[in-house]
Amino acid sequence: MTIPEAKLVCRNVWKLFGAEAEEFLVSHDGHPDTDAIAAAGLVGAVRQVDLDVHEGEIFVIMGLSGSGKSTLVRLMSRLIEPTGGDVLFKGENLLKASQSRMIEIRRHQMGMVFQHFALLPHLTVLDNVAFPLDIQGMDRAAREARAREMIELVGLAGKESAFPRQLSGGQQQRVGIARSLAVEPEIWFLDEPFSALDPLIRREMQDEFMRLQTKLHKTIVFITHDFDEAIRLADRIAIMKDGEIVQAGTPEEIVLTPATSYVAEFTRNVARAKVIRTRSLMKDAQGDEENGARISARANIAEAAPLFLDGAPHLGVTDDDGRVIGRLDREAVVSLMLQG
Amino acid sequence: MAMSGAPLLEPETAQVSRRPSRLPVAWLVAIAVFVTFWLYGKPLFPAAFDYPKAYVIKLAKWISSAMKWLINEASFGLFSFTDLTRFISAVLDVPYTLAASLLSTGFLEGSGSSAIQLLPPLPWIAVIGLVMLLGHWLGGMRLSLLAGGCFLFLAVFGQWTSAMITLASILVAAPLGVVFGLLFGVAAWRWHWVERMVMPLLDLMQTIPVFAYLVPVLFLFGFGPTAAVIATLIFATPPMTRISILSLRAVPSEITDLGHMVGCTERQMTWRVMVPAARESLMVGMNQVIMLSLNMVIIASMIGAGGLGFDVLAALRRLDFGAGLEAGFAIVALAIAMDRLSQAAAEKLSAPSPDTQASGLVARHPYLVAALALLIATTALGYVIPGIRTYPEALQLSTGTFWSEVVAWININYFDTLEAIKNAMLINVLIPFKRFLGDLPWLGVTVFLGFAGYRLGGWRLGLLTLCLPLFIAATGQWEKAMITVYLCGISALFASLIGIPVGIIAATRDRLWSWVQLAIDTLQTLPSFVYLMPAVMLFRVGDFTAMIAVVAFAIAPAIRYTALGIRKVDPKLIEASRAMGCTEWQILTRVRLKLALPEILLGLNQTIMFALSMLVITALVGTRDLGQEVYIALTKADTGRGLVAGLSIAAIAIIADRLISAGASRARHRLGLE
Ligand SMILES: Nc1ncnc2c1ncn2[C@@H]1O[C@H](COP(=O)(O)OP(=O)(O)O)[C@@H](O)[C@H]1O
Ligand SMILES: [Mg+2]
Repeated sequence: MTIPEAKLVCRNVWKLFGAEAEEFLVSHDGHPDTDAIAAAGLVGAVRQVDLDVHEGEIFVIMGLSGSGKSTLVRLMSRLIEPTGGDVLFKGENLLKASQSRMIEIRRHQMGMVFQHFALLPHLTVLDNVAFPLDIQGMDRAAREARAREMIELVGLAGKESAFPRQLSGGQQQRVGIARSLAVEPEIWFLDEPFSALDPLIRREMQDEFMRLQTKLHKTIVFITHDFDEAIRLADRIAIMKDGEIVQAGTPEEIVLTPATSYVAEFTRNVARAKVIRTRSLMKDAQGDEENGARISARANIAEAAPLFLDGAPHLGVTDDDGRVIGRLDREAVVSLMLQG
Repeated sequence: MAMSGAPLLEPETAQVSRRPSRLPVAWLVAIAVFVTFWLYGKPLFPAAFDYPKAYVIKLAKWISSAMKWLINEASFGLFSFTDLTRFISAVLDVPYTLAASLLSTGFLEGSGSSAIQLLPPLPWIAVIGLVMLLGHWLGGMRLSLLAGGCFLFLAVFGQWTSAMITLASILVAAPLGVVFGLLFGVAAWRWHWVERMVMPLLDLMQTIPVFAYLVPVLFLFGFGPTAAVIATLIFATPPMTRISILSLRAVPSEITDLGHMVGCTERQMTWRVMVPAARESLMVGMNQVIMLSLNMVIIASMIGAGGLGFDVLAALRRLDFGAGLEAGFAIVALAIAMDRLSQAAAEKLSAPSPDTQASGLVARHPYLVAALALLIATTALGYVIPGIRTYPEALQLSTGTFWSEVVAWININYFDTLEAIKNAMLINVLIPFKRFLGDLPWLGVTVFLGFAGYRLGGWRLGLLTLCLPLFIAATGQWEKAMITVYLCGISALFASLIGIPVGIIAATRDRLWSWVQLAIDTLQTLPSFVYLMPAVMLFRVGDFTAMIAVVAFAIAPAIRYTALGIRKVDPKLIEASRAMGCTEWQILTRVRLKLALPEILLGLNQTIMFALSMLVITALVGTRDLGQEVYIALTKADTGRGLVAGLSIAAIAIIADRLISAGASRARHRLGLE
């Protein structure tokens, strides 16, 4: 595998809320400890965060409420001005960008989905989805055509002239998703997009989200407080606590080797079969997998297991484009399932 | 607060542990010092009792000279100040003349009695039809009938011409008030420095009584309907500004983030995201502006607004109760129609309207087409049948004589009873209280208020509550201010004594509460002028009459806040108390009232504010307080005198407001509600 390039990089990023936070940070050599921050009456919402988001991956930031996730994702698009550090987007330092350059970048290269949908109540579904394009000054025919396409994509065709308040929560969030995708963003931020939804709907939306991603291959920063959701969706996870990232890695790494007892608390009740991907257990293809049952490389072992019920000795493992890239043997699955 | 999580079920223990034990001691000492000073200080410090004349600041004179200078000499280089005021008048005169011509006078050539009518005003049937169409569009059949009924009432009882003059002023002032208020609000939301400038001004303008606005307006813009429109604008814009700021601030932060994320420029952010997102609460502001405009247009009859307000005013001066009541009822009808229509408009316009796919003019704009058809038909018919153009006089009902007779009958049969009530109240309550307040040393009161402010809200509040009474004394208005305090205090007391129990009784009974709510909502839409008439009718002029009118006006907030406070108490708490074996009485006194206390205090605050604003208007029935000062200033166009008295009333309002708010917030802390 080639190492994908980093699309978005955070270097030693800090956000302290409160008066004269910048002077405070400088006077503590850029690394104040928690006690000093508290003593100064500041809130350390994001502290010393280093991370890089790769091209085409789903990067999940997981943490409990108040751990600084929303603040961090807003620092990445400079909706919130960092107290210290650098944010690089495609190699460009966002913090040095002018106001008009930021408007340019946000208009054409970034999309964001919000926890409470943030739909404009006075606009129809169609106008909501077309809104970012309208702001850019695109003419009506072109933007409505594009908006209809997006509405179709998220499965809301026929609801174009409805108003947000007439839709269910799940439908509203589909509108939010369609709107954020309308500008074909290069990076897609989702701040707890499914947290306000009922569990069943949430599950459905997660599947929908994965379906979209296999089609679109976006670079994604996905925020959640739900560890199960994180391991279901993530290529890589960063776990936040009190503004710091306590561990970052693939779901497998995190479940198999939690860095701290705090992380271990989350992973304790997670069945390994639900975390480990077929990609990690597969062996090289031998050429005879084409005719048997197949499974996606992204799927986890728990999803693969039922396919062995009809006695097949192995499954073909396919990539996002459906090409066979390896095989999954029955014995490997059985021994993993037995470990619990 | 750290204690916010404290269990609500143990207010007693929580209170004991949190209340600093030295507080009552400090209060007791302060009160003792104050009383001692009051009883024995007079021979030693006479100046503390009567503010020395030599030290009175001649603020009123200075202001008056400044205004004279403004009018006679001030100039901005290219044009003088008078040019500016003339220009503003001229600009506002255009829409006003248009509205008045359409609704009432017709289009005239020339002026005065030699004027020739070129075009008649809209036929009365057309106006009623338009109002009904509007009602139907906004709220369906019921609203249509209600609004039409109210306007028909105006025609049938012979109030049409006056009512249309009043309506014309509102049609000009209210939309402008909404637009200006929104613009100021947006500016304050967008630029911090504007907010810092505007907010204190808004606070002040809210407490200065309406009469006080009229004086400088009269001085600068003269007497007449245009000046009245300007006064109305000045009066109605601040609340809209405040509501705009609040609504914009209340827009969820996610929406703001969205605006930035899609790359809005500042202008797009304001007009494409924030204002539309705040539409719902902005519409509430619109309703308020309309109702405030109505109130002010009525009051502005004193500077020449004409219309219904003038009719009431003239009737009051003649003590012609019949005519006054008729005009009063007409105001009520107009107020109800405008309130319901604008509420429906707020609802309709804040809910998004679906695109209509229909084609053809009639199908797409049915109401517009119907309105045009109605206009053309009635105007044309009006040339043939005069009864369509103006309501036929033969069909007018006059209740004026009827009401006069009712009043006469009451006076014949109940004169002694009413007189006895009035005198008993005056001798036993009002006059002693007035004397008591009049005797207090101004210096003692000032220092004591400063102390109270310091104890309740820290040194800044203390400084404020020290300086404001000082201002009143130093400008030589202490005595009149004390009369204001006495009338306002006694009225607020009675309003609370009646309103709080009513609130308590209504709060726990849903059916009753919905009726009471309807009653106080309606009472609150009525312009303050309306309250004077019945009071004068029964008790003639004087302090007692003023008190009755003020109590009637100020009772609504006392009821409302009490009931809302009690209804807000967590039902689980009531259940828990019941489970612990509390009697209903204990639940009421130990749980409900205790937890509703902050809310009731806010209600008291509002009651006092309402009382003060009404008190000024009761100057018309011969009180001798600051309100009378303003009224006299108004009749003499003495800007300085009016403004200084107005500012003093504002000072009283601010002192009461800040002290009670500080007390309420302490109570909330103590109860763990904050
Ligand atoms: N504008 C702000 N001012 C002060 N403190 C803030 C502000 N926004 C967030 N915080 C604080 O920063 C911390 C992180 O908040 P947030 O990023 O919203 O957490 P999360 O999204 O993980 O729930 C919280 O303690 C919150 O109270
Ligand atoms: Mg959050």
